[in-house]
Amino acid sequence: MDVLVTWLNQFANSLPGNISQGLIWGVLAIGVYITYKILDFPDLSVDGSVTTGAAVCAVMIINGVPVPLAMFFSFISGCLAGLCTGLMNALLGIPGILAGILTQIALYSVNLVIMGKANLPVSVDKYPLFVSSRHTATALGVGTVLPEVLKLLAVVVVIIAVLYWFFGTEYGFTIRATGCNANMSRAQGINTKKSTVVALVLSNGIVGLAGGVMVQYQGSADINMGRGAIVIGLAAVIIGDVLGRVILGKRFNFVARLAFTAVGAIIYFLVLSIVTIIGIPSEYNKLFSAVIVMIFLAVPYLRNTAKTSFRRAARNSVKMTSAGEISAEKGEGNADAD
Amino acid sequence: MLTLTDVKKTFNAGTINEKHALNGVSLDLDDGDFVTIIGGNGAGKSTTLNAIAGVWPIDSGSIIINGQNVVGMPEYKRARFIGRVFQDPMTGTAATMEIQENLALAKRRGQPRSLKWGITKKEREEFHELLKMLDLGLEDRMSSKVGLLSGGQRQALTLLMATLKKPDILLLDEHTAALDPKTAAKVLELSDRIIAENRLTAMMVTHNMAAAIKHGNRLVMMNNGRIIYDVKGKDKENLTVDILLEKFEQASGQKLDNDRMLFSKNAKE
Repeated sequence: MDVLVTWLNQFANSLPGNISQGLIWGVLAIGVYITYKILDFPDLSVDGSVTTGAAVCAVMIINGVPVPLAMFFSFISGCLAGLCTGLMNALLGIPGILAGILTQIALYSVNLVIMGKANLPVSVDKYPLFVSSRHTATALGVGTVLPEVLKLLAVVVVIIAVLYWFFGTEYGFTIRATGCNANMSRAQGINTKKSTVVALVLSNGIVGLAGGVMVQYQGSADINMGRGAIVIGLAAVIIGDVLGRVILGKRFNFVARLAFTAVGAIIYFLVLSIVTIIGIPSEYNKLFSAVIVMIFLAVPYLRNTAKTSFRRAARNSVKMTSAGEISAEKGEGNADAD
Repeated sequence: MLTLTDVKKTFNAGTINEKHALNGVSLDLDDGDFVTIIGGNGAGKSTTLNAIAGVWPIDSGSIIINGQNVVGMPEYKRARFIGRVFQDPMTGTAATMEIQENLALAKRRGQPRSLKWGITKKEREEFHELLKMLDLGLEDRMSSKVGLLSGGQRQALTLLMATLKKPDILLLDEHTAALDPKTAAKVLELSDRIIAENRLTAMMVTHNMAAAIKHGNRLVMMNNGRIIYDVKGKDKENLTVDILLEKFEQASGQKLDNDRMLFSKNAKE
């Protein structure tokens, strides 16, 4: 009983921090949503571009560039990363996944060059940072913590609003059409290569911006901070998607989809904190992320096959034939192979 | 309106799978011509339409639409002149987008896309009226995803999309082949109506000889990547399926090998 109270206490204490983390990663996940869901392009550049955004932001702040401008440039640096992936795909015919991997690995070097070393501290004591994890410690009280969380929430809301507008424009339509049916899009006069590149640029720009916020929140840029980012992004997208469908059903519109992506990220970090609190060492975090994504990807598939599977067909067939005169061939060997 | 001159295309040149798909196709369409195209398997019917649409570059020859040689233009640029409906109902529409959004995309075919709203209130009203004309009840489902529609509904919608912005050429590539006979007849009738009302220049590939005879003012028969028979006006009106089969054997020196075409020989339409 005491253990449970301690756990609850810990959970409550870490709540503001986890929500803040969730919102920052929610921004990244919204970037992933653009490629993964709208463009139907599994873009793995993300692991690199989030670090690029962080590195650019950190170096600029350290060199006295105003924080908002530094964040703007983390967006731009992400855009450039997306441009690389997009051009490799559109002009050189390199398959999407591979183009993303190439960008990601290339960015590792680029990021090291930008940062000059593997870890670059950006202390909130020295610089007027936009957000910091120092200010989300529960002990500081609501007066300090709440504005910090609201700032992050505002970032998410602004991004959702801009994307709502953009994907409602003529150009936004072409990106949605390209992701859905490239042949049809070309027949309607859409340059699908161009729209693919534009979507990748936009997506990675948002991811870069997330990196810029993340580096301030954490207080340092690290060359490995983006490792596995795509998996966390996907986890958020998928958790948000499943949750949104369940809660909103038919009213699960575009704005709700983006909002639920951010909610998915928050839930991811809440669950992660529970896992940590009950004593699973943090080494297992990545394993945990992979398992979460696996489960959420598998559920729709398994639910589908549960409705119609060879196993079920065999069972039904046994029922029918055992009622009649034909002796039932149970077909156990086959039934297991569905 | 459309002039093809000696259009040639070989697929997989220099390999064991080399296929001379178009062996010098020449065709001259007048404004308002509605041509039906028939022919055996691999005769080059769809390939001709794809060559016009610019799905891939041709090897030689010229394709002139409205006085402009479009041979050097990629598919998305030629879309300015061309409306298309495909055989597979899934191909012509974006399933995850709303009916009205699909129409809005089609209304901007061949135009540069800006950052203005993708669909305006005025267009919504316009689309509502147009969809009413289809008589499929789609006007009340404008914000439904196209993926929820049946094959016939999607094909009717694609037809409307292809002609929403009046095309110089309308290309129909066996656009009723994947539909059940009743729906196919309906979509064909709708095609006729839209083509007549807008006085469009159209090409329709079909495997149904009766349909090829009944529709349009001109009929072209292809074999081995060439046009082997071209008939219009009075001669076309007097055509029968038997005459067509005879013509085919005369012109090609072989029996017709399109199974689907022969199966449909006795079909009413």
